Amino acid sequence: MAERIIEYREALNEALLEEMERDLAVFIMGEDVGQYGGVLKISKGIYERFGEKRAVDTPISENGFTAIGVGAALAGLRPVVELMYIDFACLAMDPIVNQAAKARYMFGGKTSVPIVFRTQGGGGRGNAAQHSQSLEAWYVHVPGLIVIQPSTPRDAKGLLKSAIRDDNPVIFIEHKLLYNTKGAVPEGEWTIPIGKADVKRVGNHITVVATSRMVLLALSAAEKLAEEGIEVEVVDPRTLKPLDIETIATSVKKTHRLLVVNEGARTGGFAAEVVTRAYEEVFDYLDAPIVRLTSEDVPLPYSGALEMAAIPSEEKIIQAVRGFFS
Amino acid sequence: MIAHDDTQIEMYRKMLLIRVFEEQARDFFMKNVMRGSTHMYIGQEAIAVGVCAALEQNDYITSTHRGHGHLLAKGGNPDLMMAELLGKANGYCKGKGGSMHIADLSIGNLGANGIVGGGIGLATGAAFACYYRDDGRVAVSFFGDGAINQGVFYECANMAALWKLPVIYVCERNRFAEFSYTDRYFADSDLTKRAIPFGFPAVAIDGNDVLKVYETAAEAVKRARIGQGPTLIVANTYRIMGHTIGDPLNYRIKGEVETWQTEERDPILRFEKHLIQQEIASIEQLQQIKADVHQRIEHAAQFALNSPEPPPSALWEDIYA
Ligand SMILES: Cc1ncc(C[n+]2csc(CCOP(=O)(O)OP(=O)(O)O)c2C)c(N)n1
Repeated sequence: MAERIIEYREALNEALLEEMERDLAVFIMGEDVGQYGGVLKISKGIYERFGEKRAVDTPISENGFTAIGVGAALAGLRPVVELMYIDFACLAMDPIVNQAAKARYMFGGKTSVPIVFRTQGGGGRGNAAQHSQSLEAWYVHVPGLIVIQPSTPRDAKGLLKSAIRDDNPVIFIEHKLLYNTKGAVPEGEWTIPIGKADVKRVGNHITVVATSRMVLLALSAAEKLAEEGIEVEVVDPRTLKPLDIETIATSVKKTHRLLVVNEGARTGGFAAEVVTRAYEEVFDYLDAPIVRLTSEDVPLPYSGALEMAAIPSEEKIIQAVRGFFS
Repeated sequence: MIAHDDTQIEMYRKMLLIRVFEEQARDFFMKNVMRGSTHMYIGQEAIAVGVCAALEQNDYITSTHRGHGHLLAKGGNPDLMMAELLGKANGYCKGKGGSMHIADLSIGNLGANGIVGGGIGLATGAAFACYYRDDGRVAVSFFGDGAINQGVFYECANMAALWKLPVIYVCERNRFAEFSYTDRYFADSDLTKRAIPFGFPAVAIDGNDVLKVYETAAEAVKRARIGQGPTLIVANTYRIMGHTIGDPLNYRIKGEVETWQTEERDPILRFEKHLIQQEIASIEQLQQIKADVHQRIEHAAQFALNSPEPPPSALWEDIYA
């Protein structure tokens, strides 16, 4: 299949365009997603191509329009609702958590809720405590929600298409510092299965499980560590729930060491879940205790120096990996 | 209630202080001295200043992402604000909040807010505290015409009316929410009607007329203080700058902004004309105020630039759980 180098942003845009072309039931909805083409430009060109009925600009009413999305999904449509920042999704927790996540099971399988909640999280851009959170663990904690965090343009396209086709609610979490990153992405029809991890770099000495932007930091850290003779295997779960523990376990059985890197706050975070699952699966294979590297348990501060101190970095990953071998 | 001459001159000074503060903040942002994002209050100065002139220092306000003007109008210290914009240790929030989160509890400012509509509930809550203590204080919520579509407004308006809370909802109708004209999002464009179901008064006024804003706010404050409950003020104005700095403004009607920057419409220019025509101030006096304000902001800028970065240990200050 023909591939070209495009931005993460463009890959998402392409997935939306293709899925809307393919299925009339798919529509997008959110603040400034239509005429303006999306605050983050993900829905560029969609309004022009599909019109205002399928590119719905909403008032600033997150609770309301998210619930409208869930209701429309129950009634047979396939909405892609954009919550501009994951922080604002806090205003829409009822429709996501109490309604969308519950309906299929609670109604005894009589229905499903085919909806995608597209949102964006993460720090590093000086947006302070209410625009920088990494709240993926909240959604992972709720039975009935699929949680996806793509780290590359390729994964962004392939997984967004799968998310839209899936009959169940998906929280699709992008990262604000990934939109401008570039990578090879197949043209046209092609998907990546939900629930499948990806080995982003092969190595024999240690497994680093990283999510979202942390994958990029882990990969650049791995290049530097290779110069010291440490070969890192980087595993990107891509889908946080359901988690592909098999791919992680296979890797750790080979490397015997595991570092988990996640941008969410430490306590009760996604890293804790991966650590626990790994202990359940591969305890006997480990040469050292598992280590997790996360953001500190603080609301993200505005000051650049403090913010950098609060979130994982390439340097912190290098230090953590070296810790296994010293 | 007509503002005294001295009050009017003070209002002028405050409006100018906001304008010049914003110009400096914009300059810092363009020069990359400042990070994150910032939202300019330019063109809306009469609203914050007119409303806050009708308040006592211990009355409460809640502010928004576009909040520098609200705090300056309430008596905020430009040095501490500017230092906060630069993320410095001696800024209002010790560098942890930045432009969108400046607060000064000592003068009743319960904070700017990164969440659209986030302040509406908080102001109603502060009004509940005033009612509870029966202390005669009031709370004002400043919010945009985009924010009035948040459900929290209707829930709180109902409770405020139910309990006759001393709260004033000030909707700054600047025509835009991010990259859209807000008119696209109102089922009925008369926003005063949004108070009708709750039975409290609502008025739409020229928000660029600082004296009109002051009179209207003073009336609402009077009602609130004597237990007559909430008021909604819809203050019509115009967002002169983009949503944030760097906004391409390609969605805005060409030539529109200029019609708001005239002597008849710009809140500062027109008030200047009024002060001179009514002989409340002389041209020389206004020149002096301008010079003082520029000097004040220059001082704030230098203060901010010379301030220290927060120490690494600050990361863990105020963490309790
Ligand atoms: C809950 C929430 N939703 C969306 C946003 C993104 N956002 C920031 S400002 C803004 C527009 C606000 O418009 P308005 O209330 O009219 O205030 P203005 O910017 O015009 O002062 C939006 C949508 C946000 N910060 N919080």
